[in-house]
Amino acid sequence: MSDSATAGATRADVCTLAVAECFRHDGEILVSAMGTTPSLGARLAKASFAPELLMTDGFNLLLRRTLPLGVEPSEEDIEGWMPFGAVFETLWWGRRHVMMGASQIDQYGNQNIACIGDWKRPKAQLLGVRGAPGNTINHVTSYWVPNHSPRTLVAKVDMVSGVGYDRARALGAETARFHEIRRVVTNLGVFDFQTPDRRMRLVSLHPGVERQEVIDNTGFDLVIPGDVHTTATPTPELLGLMRELDPDGHAQKEVEA
Amino acid sequence: MNDKRMTVDQAVAEVEDGMTIGIGGWGSRRKPMAFVRALVRKGVRDLTVVSYGGPDIGILCATGQLKKAVYGFVSLDSIPLEPHFRKARQNGTVEAVELDEGMFLLGLRAAAQRLPFLPTRAGLGSDIMKINPQLKTVKSPYDDGEELVAVPALNVDVAFIHMNRADALGNGQSLGRDPYFDHLFCMAAKKAFMSCERIVSTEELIQGGPLQSLQINRMMVQGVCETPNGAHFTECPPDYGRDESFQRQYAATAKDDATWQAFHERYLRLSEADYQKAVAS
Repeated sequence: MSDSATAGATRADVCTLAVAECFRHDGEILVSAMGTTPSLGARLAKASFAPELLMTDGFNLLLRRTLPLGVEPSEEDIEGWMPFGAVFETLWWGRRHVMMGASQIDQYGNQNIACIGDWKRPKAQLLGVRGAPGNTINHVTSYWVPNHSPRTLVAKVDMVSGVGYDRARALGAETARFHEIRRVVTNLGVFDFQTPDRRMRLVSLHPGVERQEVIDNTGFDLVIPGDVHTTATPTPELLGLMRELDPDGHAQKEVEA
Repeated sequence: MNDKRMTVDQAVAEVEDGMTIGIGGWGSRRKPMAFVRALVRKGVRDLTVVSYGGPDIGILCATGQLKKAVYGFVSLDSIPLEPHFRKARQNGTVEAVELDEGMFLLGLRAAAQRLPFLPTRAGLGSDIMKINPQLKTVKSPYDDGEELVAVPALNVDVAFIHMNRADALGNGQSLGRDPYFDHLFCMAAKKAFMSCERIVSTEELIQGGPLQSLQINRMMVQGVCETPNGAHFTECPPDYGRDESFQRQYAATAKDDATWQAFHERYLRLSEADYQKAVAS
């Protein structure tokens, strides 16, 4: 990558592109992206290299145009209707890729957004399991973690909301046939589970991040192959698109420089 | 034909201590808040509430009337976690049945179809199975032999929903962009009551929106209550959006008891008419 191509790209921009890359080959399916960076990344993918993706306004409208974060759709931006009932139907049908957050995630991709401590009397009640159990057993799921730390990437999650690969394996290949955790994108790098025992693997480090920094901030042993790539930096075109889609820089605030 | 018009207080007279109540809407969207306020005035206790939860569950937690919450989530939408519910969970003052959001829908559907359960993959492999020891699995009787979760029916005693328009007979219309699952709440219940922004003639109802907006028919409800602004402070589009500033004020009352008592005194000891006057001023 030349200096001119990378000029002006921040860590947040690299993260946004890494999120967008999760959806590159999804084709004509519904993308549900929870939170700021996932939402921007999904929009970037649809506005550039994955135009077939279907996306909603977060409520009940399917949008044919990718609007900047926070902009309300008008009539000409709409291509369809997707009330919550139809979201469930689509989820069960499997034509969906969701990117959720994770308060905790472990080496097999078990995710927790429900609570900290014992569920019966939690130390901290978080969001609850929401749709995580159904999402992870029905269709492709990815995760976004803006604060890669041993408190988030943990040896054991307090409550399994999203199903990981060890749990999926225990269900049997037939029952778990729709389970797939595509990627985990954090503020430090990109991870997947393409290992023989389905443990989390480091795929790429964001520019400027050292391997040791990731190791020190992960609460379990990562699989680290010999050739760890550097996460792609957005081209000037993609960077321009990102600025258009997030004029107020919401995604920048989510990721420390 | 049966004129089903009544007041919210007449409707909640059907609710007794210990009953299971279904509440329509979603999060902080088109919640039948006038009924919730009437439940608070009546002071009925030991309730189980089945809901895609929002301030309905939060308020009943704060008043101590809620024994058990059965939910897919409890959220104020613009405030991701309902603060009174969070407090009740962390203090152990409410029993909880937490289901995956889609499972919850299947439970309602099972009840509406008078089935004991409906099967789903949702829940398999997750701790939903651990925290809900009542959940059992069921094996497909066909060649695949697949093992699935049998989501038990979410039967309720009395359901409450809020619509934009209705007629006196009990036909109801939602004019917003999402019907949510209000018809299922009615069908899952032994009795159901519908509040609405405005009661109109059947002719006006038909002309007021597309036929698809007539989500509730008169078989589904035993009473109709006209409650203008009755979903306040949740949203009820296109009639009104969420009252975000009032919702923030409400959410802040989870901070301590005195703040909650002041809120309760100022807004919840009143009749519905006086509540509406208080929030308008």
